[in-house]
Amino acid sequence: MSNEIELIKDPGLPTHVHRRADTDPKAALRAERQVAILFALSALGTLILIYSYIFIKDDVFIFIPIMGDTNLHQLGIGMGMAIALFCIGAGLIHWAKTLMPDEEVIAQRHEFKSEDEDRAEFVDTVKAGAADAGLGRRPLIKTTLGAALGLSALTPVLLLRDLGPLPGDDLKKTNWKKGTRLVTDPGDRPIRPEDLEVGAVAQTLPEFPAGKVRHLDDVAKDAVLLIRLRPEEFNLDAERLSWTHEGIIAFSKICSHMGCAVALYEQQTKHLLCPCHQSTFDVTRAAKVIFGPAARPLPQLNISVDEEGYLVAAAPFTEPVGPSFWGRLK
Amino acid sequence: MTARERIAGNVAGYVDDRTGAAKWMKKNLTKVFPDHWSFLLGEIALYSFIILLLSGTFLTFWFDPSMKEVVYNGSYEPLQGIKMSAAYASTLDISFEVRGGLLMRQIHHWAALIFMVGIVVHLMRVYFTGAFRKPREFNWIIGVGLLTLGIVEGFLGYSLPDDLLSGTGIRIAEAIIQALPVVGSYLSYFAFGGAFPGELFISRIYTVHILLLPGIFLALITVHLMLVWYQKHTQFPGPGRTEKNVVGYPLMPVYMAKAGGFFFIVFGVTAFLGAVASINPVWLYGPYTPGQVSAGSQPDWYMGWLDGLVRMAPPLETYLFGYTVSWNILIPGLILPGIMFTGLALYPFIESWATGDKREHHLLDRPRNAPNRTAIGAMALTFTLVSLINGGNDIIATTFDLTINQMMWFSRIAIIVLPPIAFVVTKRLCLSLQRADRDLVLHGRETGRLVRMPNGEFIEVHEPISAEKAWLLTSHEQLAPLELPEHDGAGVRRPGALKNKLRNRISRAAAVAVPKATETERRELEGHH
Repeated sequence: MSNEIELIKDPGLPTHVHRRADTDPKAALRAERQVAILFALSALGTLILIYSYIFIKDDVFIFIPIMGDTNLHQLGIGMGMAIALFCIGAGLIHWAKTLMPDEEVIAQRHEFKSEDEDRAEFVDTVKAGAADAGLGRRPLIKTTLGAALGLSALTPVLLLRDLGPLPGDDLKKTNWKKGTRLVTDPGDRPIRPEDLEVGAVAQTLPEFPAGKVRHLDDVAKDAVLLIRLRPEEFNLDAERLSWTHEGIIAFSKICSHMGCAVALYEQQTKHLLCPCHQSTFDVTRAAKVIFGPAARPLPQLNISVDEEGYLVAAAPFTEPVGPSFWGRLK
Repeated sequence: MTARERIAGNVAGYVDDRTGAAKWMKKNLTKVFPDHWSFLLGEIALYSFIILLLSGTFLTFWFDPSMKEVVYNGSYEPLQGIKMSAAYASTLDISFEVRGGLLMRQIHHWAALIFMVGIVVHLMRVYFTGAFRKPREFNWIIGVGLLTLGIVEGFLGYSLPDDLLSGTGIRIAEAIIQALPVVGSYLSYFAFGGAFPGELFISRIYTVHILLLPGIFLALITVHLMLVWYQKHTQFPGPGRTEKNVVGYPLMPVYMAKAGGFFFIVFGVTAFLGAVASINPVWLYGPYTPGQVSAGSQPDWYMGWLDGLVRMAPPLETYLFGYTVSWNILIPGLILPGIMFTGLALYPFIESWATGDKREHHLLDRPRNAPNRTAIGAMALTFTLVSLINGGNDIIATTFDLTINQMMWFSRIAIIVLPPIAFVVTKRLCLSLQRADRDLVLHGRETGRLVRMPNGEFIEVHEPISAEKAWLLTSHEQLAPLELPEHDGAGVRRPGALKNKLRNRISRAAAVAVPKATETERRELEGHH
């Protein structure tokens, strides 16, 4: 006996085991009938679809456990379609599994690698082709072609230039100016301090002169949250405190992280929470970030009241609102 | 010859006279496809794509890709009289005015979710069985491309209705563009035709969603399938199966019937979901306005991990010569995904470089027999899963009565701690399973039958396993680690020593294995019994 380690041997493809339907004509007939029933069920599904589409009004609701009140019209069309498609598939597969040959077949693989001879010839052909074109011998053509191709790539870039304007300082400006009234959103009504109770929050926008249309781009920069606290609850430096009015403090509602609307205000803790990424801002400390991915506080808007007693901006925002960008501080 | 056979012969002859296709068809109609349930996973993605094309075409007949402001006066009462974009209004019309429209919208959305599940699970199958190895690296890269494009395509798709939820998603995408150093705000203004949101992005992403990306998908899927066809499918190891053959069923009729039938099953299940399971009820969200947001904003699942990464990022922003760099956006939004997808695409090359295995492989690995690869996969999955969980941290926190801070800190720590643990545990598990295989071959199957010996000893009767099973458990090859020279003859470090050292180390780790059972050992043991 040799010292060679003997490995376990491949016993080869197992012998084929016949199915009932292969040997028993009765079982084959039964399988055939089952396939036919599945196809018939599919036809029934299409009929349900047609019936639901034409005869069930689209305002009929029925109660189905778990699903609740369900529109019967949609349900009929959908279930009809589902049954029709599923049963075709089930029938085909059942047919394949019971009646079509199930003997495994062996095919041979071939290496993908070409014969060395072919490879060499291929390389020669390429070389010969390149030589015939004379690329190596005519550097002038090569250089000018390369330059021309490179330059032509600029065309699509250039043609896309008019996709949009340059930002300029657009990202740094909002519609808030000194004396702009704060109006409710929605409703566009000016607000007096006494309209806000302590603990209340209001979403506001700058008042637009009559005739000026408010676009969504404006809302995306102008949205401001008003929050009223008791003045002694603030923990602000003198300047920021002077930006509040009778306990009312105003912040940009556009998150300094990724621009979502910072819409959740927790009255107990006086925290503002952005529902997108959970950045949390402390209202009493000028919207300082106390949790989450935001790196900067929400910009605070300096507010006071005008001679008629309505809340106005005392000055524009002192920094760009919304998410950061490269030239934000320039 | 019956009349029908004669007609079929005539048709075939007519086509062959003009194309010479008979020779090719004769060979390929009997092409052999190996059978295994996991080979259906890629088919799910393929069939979902066809369902997406069909249902998507239906939707384009009514969808109006315009941000023109209209006043809604359709049959959904809560939104009557409200100003909204034509895109949102037409989505409501598809849902409420067009018969079967809501069903088609829901089928389209469900099919998109299933498409992405199909791609990801198929990718996992290909990864864990080593199907990406030579000669199939091209197809792996095409697959990674399809996965990436699928994520983009899905995101653009659910952004089209221009509802409050989708608009919020677009806002976040805009912030990622805007965060790019130097060119960010310019690119954003080009993409949106000015300030966000503008009135252009719906029509622009519509063209990309229904023309550009589907065109690229069709081309890539065609090449993907042609390569599978030409290279022949991989097969699992087993009796009679070798690197040189392919064992399975012929295309005509068995595989055609099964694959065709499976298409209808996938379509049927998708239609069933569309019929009974409400998805993306945009009428509840209302039209988009940048000043509002719905609580519990969640992207679709295939974007969830990205959102989760963004959520857990630390609040890091640096100011360089007065210019702002938002690491809290760039790292989770671009850099980490970039590393993940590049690593995924390059994996086949990294593995063959590290193990020095440059041969063709057509027999699949059982995941346990490639412990290192399986453990790396488990590590990557754990990382993605923690991110995905954090993408739903608000929902989880409210559901389980936790605070958002607890959830966030869990994720921030888990994303660093859990992946390495997953690596170690998975590797150990694989080795244990190898040991179990070895025991099974050497000692047979435990029958659960206890026998009392004449001397009073109790033993459990073991039954030898079949020759087929024994072959399956031992047919894999166990690679020896690389031994690349780090020093030359004089003991001096060679150029490239560091690279060789790295490769040696990785291949040593990859070669850790329980020696497989051999016939010799079996025979020796028999002598003892």
